[in-house]
Amino acid sequence: MKAFETFETPSAARVNYINAEYGLKSWLLTRDHKRIALLYLGSISFFFFIGGLYAMFIRLELLTPQGDLLASTTYNKVFTQHGIIMIFFFLIPSIPATLGNFLVPLMIGAKDLAFPRINLLSWYIYLLGGIITIYALLAGGVDTGWTFYAPYSTTFSNSYVIAAGLGIFVSGFSSILTGLNFIVTIHTMRAPGMTWFRLPLFIWAHYATSLVMILGTPVVAITILLLAFERVAHVGIFDPAAGGDPVLFQHLFWFYSHPAVYIMVLPSMGVVSELIANFSRKNIFGYKFVAFSSLAIAVFGFLVWGHHLFVASQSVYAGMIFSFLSFAVAIPSAIKVFNWTATLYKGSISYDTPMLYALGFIGLFTVGGMTGLFLAALAVDVHVSDTYFIVAHFHYIMVGGALFGYLGGLHYWWPKISGRMYPEGWGRFSALVIFVGFNLTFLPQFVAGYLGMPRRYHAYPPEFQVFNVLSSAGASILGVGFLIPMIYLVWSMRYGKLAEANPWHLPGLEWRTASPPPTENFLATPVVTWEAYEFAPVEEMRVIGKFRDEEV
Amino acid sequence: MSEHIVQLKVYVTIFLALLVGTALTVMAGLHDFPGKLNVIIALTIAVVKATLVVLYFMHVRYSSRLIWVVFTSALFWLVILFALTFSDYWTRCWLPVC
Ligand code: HEM
Ligand SMILES: [Cu+2]
Repeated sequence: MKAFETFETPSAARVNYINAEYGLKSWLLTRDHKRIALLYLGSISFFFFIGGLYAMFIRLELLTPQGDLLASTTYNKVFTQHGIIMIFFFLIPSIPATLGNFLVPLMIGAKDLAFPRINLLSWYIYLLGGIITIYALLAGGVDTGWTFYAPYSTTFSNSYVIAAGLGIFVSGFSSILTGLNFIVTIHTMRAPGMTWFRLPLFIWAHYATSLVMILGTPVVAITILLLAFERVAHVGIFDPAAGGDPVLFQHLFWFYSHPAVYIMVLPSMGVVSELIANFSRKNIFGYKFVAFSSLAIAVFGFLVWGHHLFVASQSVYAGMIFSFLSFAVAIPSAIKVFNWTATLYKGSISYDTPMLYALGFIGLFTVGGMTGLFLAALAVDVHVSDTYFIVAHFHYIMVGGALFGYLGGLHYWWPKISGRMYPEGWGRFSALVIFVGFNLTFLPQFVAGYLGMPRRYHAYPPEFQVFNVLSSAGASILGVGFLIPMIYLVWSMRYGKLAEANPWHLPGLEWRTASPPPTENFLATPVVTWEAYEFAPVEEMRVIGKFRDEEV
Repeated sequence: MSEHIVQLKVYVTIFLALLVGTALTVMAGLHDFPGKLNVIIALTIAVVKATLVVLYFMHVRYSSRLIWVVFTSALFWLVILFALTFSDYWTRCWLPVC
């Protein structure tokens, strides 16, 4: 172990990808996957902030039963824009475009992604989509819900539906390009010895996510296009009077958008697999099961979309099929949860900040997934559909799951990304604040929803107030919890302790190069002779360590 | 994966075939066929045209097996989209309440 623990002294002065070049141009025209990851990190953080502001207004309005703070039409826009921004401009790109971009080449021992220019292009496309969407918000906003259901969106809504749709349409292409880049890179650019079954599970998760991005995103693009056609020219695709069908919109929309929930959560599962194995210092239990369950989720995730249409006049026979398939898709997720738990067993666990997020993920994702099964049961869904129960369900998965994984990963790889350590005490503290704030925000929503509080209204019957007060209180704790890491991560870029190459003492390839890495990632092509998560010290690791030693 | 040079003649022929397809679509659209034939005719022409574009303009016909795998999986996903959507449309009236 020693041999590669100490092979590289920490040094911010050494040439690395951050100080290799200076000036705005060197960033805006970079083809370095690590710099592009940082460009994405900045932009998604911006959108997270905007989305968070909208959330604040939602929770303030719902503090009292009366619709007193926002008019109902304004409220409609606020929750719509919260959803659009958080889903399409934060969560979908979050892990793949930042951590994935940064780490996929590093973890497989490559110099960059397969198509560095396309990678940069994807960021510009994302920005363009973001700018169009911001235009839609400033021009007057959109009020259809992030789901854009016809016929409201095609015929009745008096808001900037097409502009908002166009923003999503455009940003979808950045997602496709990222997925394409990952697939080609993982196929063709693995270092010698990096066989498929030596890949870190983070890579498997990104491979699966990329499949979903490529196969799903074109469908939502076409759907938005059809919606725009229908709105402008009334061609009759979704209008029964002209031979169309409004439920067709829901079919097409959810054909993408259910798999899209896996675009959000699969990369997070990849992060959690890394964290659980590495912070228990144990090989993951059932590597192949965890790897293939990612692929299974990606494929079977495409077969369940009809569970969003149970009360939308979908045929009850289709409902039965979709209900059955939805129960089936929970199996691969459960495999992961069980294997993570089994990995912990007799592991030598440390409770650093990333691990706190990973453990949080397991619990919260389980709650989210299990309530998904409630919803996938035909009869129960009739009762809770369109209530706050749904809102609680998907926030448990998208915040408790996807976002927790993102934050855990960001802390875990922060020394590699920035070359500095984050303050561990603050890290653990804010992880706890976020955990408490999150549960206080969303647990009461399950109850309110089950008791019948509908979603998407600015006013509600007074008997639900207690749950909403709890929820709004939780949201303010959660908000503070998010601000703390934002502050100390920025702070640490300048004042944090210098990070070693391998601060956690782990075998992965990304830890066998300097922190932060040089522009070309590795000074010589690494040769992989060990399995993923092989914690025993082996001769071959020293060989790798040696060429690093020589370089220093 | 050798680059296949397609002769101009092929492109022109395909282009003309697509124009004929477009003309047929317009003509069929002006005529009311009995029963479901309207949809069937329109979709048949469209599928033939799309196939020509994919095979020739997108060069799939001359491409490696890998491209075929990629293309077929996209097609398979389209089949999923249609099959499960029609599991809704075709069974809506199985219940007497329709
Ligand atoms: C894996 C991550 C998951 C995410 C990110 C997720 C996300 C979502 C979202 C965003 C919605 C609400 C959509 C809306 O109407 O605005 C939703 C609803 C739903 N989810 Fe999940 N979900 C996940 C897993 C599951 C699972 C495993 C199941 C069941 C097997 C499930 C079943 C449902 C059902 C049935 C609904 C529709 C409820 C209704 O509108 O009546 N979900 N989910
Ligand atoms: Cu779903």
